[in-house]
This record gives sequence, structure tokens and C-alpha cells, in this order.
Amino acid sequence: MEGGLSLESKDFLKSLSNKTGVSGTEEEITKAVKEVFGDYIDESRTDALGNLITLKRGEGKESDKPQIMLAAHIDEIGLMVKEIDEKGFLKFTTVGGIDQRTLVGQEVLVYGKEVVKGIIGAKPPHVQDKKEQKQAIKLKDMYIDLGRNVKEVKGLVEVGDLIVVTREFCDLEGNRVSGKSLDDRAGVTMVLECLKELQRLKHASDVYGVATVQEEVGVRGATTSTYGIVPDIGIAIDVCHGEMPGVSDEETANLGEGPVIFLGPQVHPKLHKKLKRIAQEFDISYQIGTSTSPRGTDAFAIQVTRSGIPTALVSIPLRYMHTSVETLDLNDIKKGGRLLANFISQVDSEFVEGLRCF
Amino acid sequence: MNSVKDYRQEVLTLKKIIKRLTETYGPSGHEKNVTELIKNEIESLVDEVKIDKMGNMIAFKSGNSDKKVMLAAHMDEIGLIVTHIDENGFIRFSNVGGVSPYVLLGERVIFGNGVEGVIDKEKLDSIKELKLSKMYIDIGLSNEEEVKEKVQIGDVAIYKREFSDLDKRLVAKSLDNRVGCAILIEAIKGLKEVANDTYFVFTVQEEVGIRGAQTSAFGIAPDFGIAVDVTATGDTPEAKIMAVSLGEGPAIKIKDRSLITHPKVKELMVKVAEREEIPYQFEVLEFGGTDAGSIHLTRGGVPTGVLSIPARYIHTPSEMVDCGDVEYGVKLLSAILQEEIE
Amino acid sequence: MLLAELSEAIGVSGAEYEIRDLIREEIKEHVDEIRTDALGNLIVHKEGDSSLPTLLLAAHMDEIGLMVTKVEKNGLLSFKPIGGIDKRVLVSKKVVVGKDKIPGVIGAKAIHLQRPSERKRPLKIKQLYIDIGAKDDKAAKKVVNIGDTATFATKFSQLGPKTVKGKAFDDRVGCSVLMELLRNDYDFPLYGVFSVQEEVGLRGAGVAAYDINPDLTIVIEGTTASDVPGSKEHVYSTTVGEGPALTMMDMTIIPNRGLMQSIIETAEDTNIGYQFRRSTAAGTDAGRIHLLKEGIPTAVVSVPVRYIHSPASLLNLDDYEATKNLLNEFCKRLSSGGFNFEKDN
Repeated sequence: MEGGLSLESKDFLKSLSNKTGVSGTEEEITKAVKEVFGDYIDESRTDALGNLITLKRGEGKESDKPQIMLAAHIDEIGLMVKEIDEKGFLKFTTVGGIDQRTLVGQEVLVYGKEVVKGIIGAKPPHVQDKKEQKQAIKLKDMYIDLGRNVKEVKGLVEVGDLIVVTREFCDLEGNRVSGKSLDDRAGVTMVLECLKELQRLKHASDVYGVATVQEEVGVRGATTSTYGIVPDIGIAIDVCHGEMPGVSDEETANLGEGPVIFLGPQVHPKLHKKLKRIAQEFDISYQIGTSTSPRGTDAFAIQVTRSGIPTALVSIPLRYMHTSVETLDLNDIKKGGRLLANFISQVDSEFVEGLRCF
Repeated sequence: MNSVKDYRQEVLTLKKIIKRLTETYGPSGHEKNVTELIKNEIESLVDEVKIDKMGNMIAFKSGNSDKKVMLAAHMDEIGLIVTHIDENGFIRFSNVGGVSPYVLLGERVIFGNGVEGVIDKEKLDSIKELKLSKMYIDIGLSNEEEVKEKVQIGDVAIYKREFSDLDKRLVAKSLDNRVGCAILIEAIKGLKEVANDTYFVFTVQEEVGIRGAQTSAFGIAPDFGIAVDVTATGDTPEAKIMAVSLGEGPAIKIKDRSLITHPKVKELMVKVAEREEIPYQFEVLEFGGTDAGSIHLTRGGVPTGVLSIPARYIHTPSEMVDCGDVEYGVKLLSAILQEEIE
Repeated sequence: MLLAELSEAIGVSGAEYEIRDLIREEIKEHVDEIRTDALGNLIVHKEGDSSLPTLLLAAHMDEIGLMVTKVEKNGLLSFKPIGGIDKRVLVSKKVVVGKDKIPGVIGAKAIHLQRPSERKRPLKIKQLYIDIGAKDDKAAKKVVNIGDTATFATKFSQLGPKTVKGKAFDDRVGCSVLMELLRNDYDFPLYGVFSVQEEVGLRGAGVAAYDINPDLTIVIEGTTASDVPGSKEHVYSTTVGEGPALTMMDMTIIPNRGLMQSIIETAEDTNIGYQFRRSTAAGTDAGRIHLLKEGIPTAVVSVPVRYIHSPASLLNLDDYEATKNLLNEFCKRLSSGGFNFEKDN
């Protein structure tokens, strides 16, 4: 029988979700991950771009010990100050893909000399003409109001400072939770779950748990971390769209029905098959996802590193992606962790060898 | 401390090298003339100059620390490549890098062998239909055979435009990025020593996809990178919002489409600028990229930043920069090269 | 005919099983080493004099196609495209699905049932289904799985005396030329790469070439020929029947000038007619390969093909022969040290 996600892991996800780590400045998240992963790994380091690379050693022979990389990104989308106008309003741009319609009326934190609270404002509907009212408010017509005069603002904030939407992680009914940047801190939590499971499973392989940076701006952290590690197998752990009205079920997976094992050009067919078989063997519910374009996750970068890395993609169904109210089911994280751990414990050098035979 | 006279002299030298660089032919894939010019300027001042397989020129100066710093300025400029010559001798073309059809109307262009031409368009019902495939170059010859003796399919033309000295500001084609090349050259000339092993890389094929920086960075495997390039400004009438202006000093890039500057690099650049009392501005560019985009993703990753020179009218025949920004750019870069990298 | 077999074999990006097996069987006896890598690229090696430059010849074996994304209750299959497919060419075509090549058709609402305004609008992928004749989802799932790929069921055949038609000439024509060249013996070390996943973002070839680190690379392609009614001459890009097309520049590469020049010299010295690819649009595996490590001098030679990425493309057999001859002559000259390329150690 499966238990739910442990309180420790849930608290880990909650604390990561509430922290700020926009692409390019992920140190706070890296620190938190390192601290909690510490009990389950043998060593860790941070590379030139800021990726946290942790290693849990396997029991295999040094000469032919498979190297498995689990990659989940820790960066989140955000906003950035691009100009401070003469009245002290901040004009801003996006870091990563953000639906501009979700921004109006949000409370934000601006990471200036100190953390400053603000509101995203726009011209009120009362003074807009009929045509304007029918259209979505454009990013270029929004601004951040810090409620201070221009002198105060300029003393606190500079061009290039980061901004995040304020949102506390919260519990919904049952096993579901909501918060910001669950994409992809839920993935990092799945890696934690996997490492915990591995405490009691034998595994020949060295396991690299990597918290990657700058995924949201072009899978950059995975590019350099994979180059440094050169794993035999790379598994990207990310989120995918959860089912909801108005979206075709071809594009989505169901919340609470288990991790999604992806298929597509970026996925090695033998890894897909083995993950599926492990899920069946250990009675872990799972779903199949298809993706015809390799873009959009760390798998895109991992697969084509150096002379090619056999790559898989495991995802957690999540609703309202890239908003501050991302919602998911904690059981999917738990099940995904079990799936990965049992997969890892069954990888040996013979299996790795076979990945180059087509 | 420099005297006023020395300063005037410095500005004159700088203007002179920028004039020569911007009046040289060097579209992406055809950077040889620019390479030669720069090589002659710096060869005697560095420990080694080599040209790699892609055509990047790498000038090396050894430092006290064996940490490797890579500086990159691209030599190539945008251009027009010949795709077809019709029976009446009109030349059809495609773009090399980002060229706007609107900028080309009425423009004169010049090929590598000195052949000149003018650009016009087919008859259009609306100017909105204007695109490169409806435009042509006329080199003043009356048929295909005559033209083919001078111009072949695959040849590349550039804007024909001379350098103008507006005193405080400079106007020329290809200030993007010959001004960056000039800054590297002047830094080399002014430096007796560098703190780290320093690679001054004059890169190729930036305008067609940041290609030269990718292969040269792989070869060098630097510990630290800085690209020197131009950036856009928001200081013209009804411009897109951007907090960068001409004349307020070189810009320290925070972000563009290809890069988020490594915090360590940004901090170092700010620290040095403050210490040397060099004015600077922060740059958040919502489009475009530079050589730094390739450098920072090289191998296992390289902390990388960009020293930007604000420029108006980028990718037109009349790009404009401020002399002071360029001067301060040289100073900032030279001072950074005295810093030991951890 | 080799090209016929290659054209009819299936191998959508990421699922290149059948085409890879076919190529492997045909060439294994002509090479010293043959292997696959982590992505499924087929890599072959013919040893040679190490004082001569190492040449890599690359052609991609994958083709555009469809992936089954859902089995509907009524047994119809929903799909998404893999690679660049013009959705307007899909309707009323025959396809084969999966490794077992289950036959199917792509149907749409009959004209009688459409409003006049509908007839003008192209059908969206979401409005199209593959019908394999299964009476319901249960029956369909017996023979098809989600994730299976499908491709056009186009037969190869001769049209005019010099022209043939078939599917996937982009880039089975390159594979065919490369396979024929591998039957010859040259003095220099030669690698051949039949790459995967070119159509989904040039993913295979760069990975395959990474460890080979050749001195020179030539990518052999099937490229767009738009010498058809409605196109003006200056947008033809290439013209069928005018010989191999040399890329002067595209979105992914400016070919190495020295290498280009040697190919042109070879053509001129041996009286092989050639043309330039007179467009700078699109890209090939060369874009990845030439930027590997410190850079690899690379060029692209293509056979002009009309209607690429559609169910039925067309090429001229003289162009095919001329492309093969040009590359063969180039290799012969490279063998005899006829070019002055730097040898990288």
C-alpha cells in the first residue's frame, strides 16, 4: 500500500515554493536544497552557472559503475525592472514565459537594496474607452507602484532588479496544494523522495541529483551541468499540464493518477520502456505523455550533450502553469520518487551498454 | 594623471581607428579585411596571435595568474547576399544577419571587389508589402553576362557609407561592432600588464547566430568571459522603453535574450567602475544577444558578462555612438583586466 | 533500385528503426566498423591513411511524420505532426502506422456536409484523424499504441524517363548517395553518419560527429526546388535537372570557403554541372556539425527535390548521378592529396 508524501517532503516543497529564485539568481534555493539533500547524499558542488550537483554513490564496481543524472530545475519565472519613470513607477519586462493577463492586480516583491512591496497597476477601466476594455492589458501598459516618491524609489531600486509575484503556498482539499514555482520545485521534491527511497534500496549506479538553473530562459543550466557530469543516463523531471476544462486531454494528464512517463524524439525508447515496466512491477500508477517536439524541458539539452546521452522525461501533472497559483497533487510526487528509485536500483552496466544498441 | 592634451590625443587616435574599422568591408563569413587591419595594429603588442578554423582571431597576452579571461568583440557586419541575377542584370538578394527592407530603400551598397550598386523595389500596391524578395540591386550593367563578370551568386554586399565625425558623437555603418573591436585594440595598446592570462578574441559570424564565439570559447575554455558589443537605447523620440542613453557611460548588461549576466561578473564590473569613477548604466535588453550568449554555455559553463556601448540606429548605415561612452568603455575594460579572477 | 527501397522504408524522427536496419544490412560489408550511438545514429568507419584529412559524410535518415497521441472511443486515432508538415497536405492520404505498418487513411468530413465557407479554410490537425478501420478503441489498441509514429504510404515509381517520385527524398536521396560512395575505397579515413532527428531540430548529427572530430564534413541533402508554376525564377532556390546544389549560406551555416572552393573546382575540372542553392532559408545538420568543439570545416551538397515534406516528392535521376559523381570525384582527389587542407591532430 502506498502512503502519502511525508510531512518533511511537503514542508520542503512549501519552503522552496515560498522562496524566491528567478532564473539567474537561484542561490537561495540552491542553499535550501543542499541543506535538505545533505542527509541523503555523499557530496555536492556548485558549478560555474550555479547548478547544484549532488552525488549519492552507488555500490557498483568503480570501473563500470553507471552514472545516472536526475535533473530538476530550481529557477522560476519572474519580472525585471527595465526603467524607473520620473514619478517612480517601475516599468518591467519578463524573465521566462509569463501570461501578461495574470499580472494585473498582483502584489509583488521587488528585490532592490532591500525587498520592497508593490502592486502591479494599470490604467483603471473607468477611464478606458469601450475598445480598450475589451482587450487584455498589455505588459507595456502595466507598471509597478511602490507607493513611494521617485527619490525613495531610486534609492531602493535599480534597473535590472528582480520582481516576483507574492504568493504563499497553501493546502487545498485532499492531497492537493497550490503555490508559485511548483514548476519545477515539485520536481526537486521528487528527486528528494527518490534519494530517500534509495536509502533502503541497493543501487549499483552513482546518482547525480542536479538542481538546474536557468531552465525557463532556455535550458541553460542543464546544458553546462550535463557537459560536466557526462552521465550514462539522464532523466529530466519537470511538470506537465494537468487536465482541465477547455483543454484537449491529448495535451494533459490527470492530477493524482501518478507521474507521467513521456514518449517522443527526446526520449530514449529503452528508458521509456524500462520506466513503464518498473511502474507496473511495483504497482505504481503512471500515465503516458506524448511530445512531438523535443523543446521545453531540460531533456532537450541533456540528450544532445557531447556524444549524446540516453534521456528520459518524467513529469508531474500541474494546472495553471507559469502562474502564481500552480496546483498539483502531492501523491504524484511521492509515486514519481518511488518510480525513479526503483528504476535506479535496477540499472546495471549491461543495461547501460544496451542503450547504444539500436 | 592625463593632461588635457593627452586626452585630446587619445580621442583622436580612437576616432581614427574607428573610422578605419567602420570603413572596412567585413560581412559575416568575409571578415578577412577586418582581421588583417586589426592584426597589424596589435600583433607586436601581444604574446601570440592566431586565427582558428572558423576565422576567429585570438590575441593572447599572458598574465600573472593562469586563470583564463576571454574577451570577445565580433568583427562581422550585416550584409546582402546575391541569390539570383536576371537576364537584364538585376541582382536579387537575401539578408546576411538582421537587415530591414525599409532601411534598404534608396541605399547604395558595395561588394568586396569594390563594385557598387543601388537598391530599389518592384512596383508595390502598398509599402506594407515590402520585403527583401521584392527588392533588387542595380549595378548599372545591362545584362546577365556583364553582371556575372563582376558579381557572382553568393557574393555579399554591404552598405556603402563613410564615417562621420560629429565631434561628440560618431556616425558610421558597422559601429556594431567595430566599436567593440576598437575598444579591445585600445585596451591592448594601453596595457602593460594583465592580471590573468587574457585572450582578446575578434570573433566571426556573430550576426548570423553567434557562431565564432562558440568555437573560440570551446578552444580557449575560459574561466571568465566578457563580450564587448553595442546595445540599443531608449533615448530617441517615442522609443521603446529602455533605460539606456547615449553619453551616460558604458552599459553593464543585466539580461538579453541570450544571457543573464553572472552575478559575480556584474559585481566585479560595478566594483571597478565605482572605484575608477567611470559612469555606467545597467542594461536590460528585451531582444537580441551577443557573443556572451555562446561563451557562458561553453563546456561546463563560464561566468560571463557584457560591456555594452549604447548605440542608436543599430543595423542601419548610420549607427551612432557617443565618444565619451567609448572612451570610458576602454577605461573600464582596461581596469577590469587588472583584476585577478578568483 | 536502392533509392526506391530507402524511400519506401519508414523512419519518422525518433523512430528510425526500419530505415536504420535497411541501411545497416546494405552497407555493413563495405565498412570496417559500424555502430549505433545513444540517440540511434548509425555511424560507419572506413580506415585510411592518417596523414590525409579525415572526411565525414553525413545524411539524415529520419523523415517527417505523425505521432498517435490518442485513441478515440470510436477507434479513430488523433495525432500530432513530427517535424515541419504543411497541414494542408494531410487530408485524403494513405498512411502506415507503427512498426507493423498498419494501413490507415486520413479522412475528413465529406464536401456534402460542409458549409461553403468551410471549404475555403484549411483543415486543422485537430479536425483530422487516422482511420485504421478499427470498430472501437479496444480494437484499435490491439494494434496501435499511443506514441506510435505514422508516415505516408507512398510507393516509389518512375515518372518521366529521368524523374522518379516517392516520399522522404529529403533525405533518403542523401542516404542513397552516401551508401553508394561507401562502396568505393578511398585512401583517407572516411566516416559516414546516417543521422536521426534532423527534422525535429538537427539533433542527431552533432552528437554523432562529436567523437569523430573530422577534419572536413560534407552533408548530403535533398533540398527544396521551387521551379514550379507560380514561382518566379529568383525564388526557385534550386532547379531540377541542373545538377547538385551547393549551399552558399542558410539559416544554420556559412560553409567553409576553402572546402566549397575545392568542391567547385572538382565540378569544373570534371565537367559536372552544378548550381548554387539560391536561398538562405532553412538549415541542415551542417549547422550543428560545423560548430562542434573548435569548429569543423563543413559544406552542404544537395539533390534538388520538388515537394519535400509532402506525401510525394520528385527528383531527377541525372541530378542524383551528378551529385554522386561530384562527391566521388572530390573523394578521389582528396585521396591523392589533391587539396591543401590542414590536418588537425
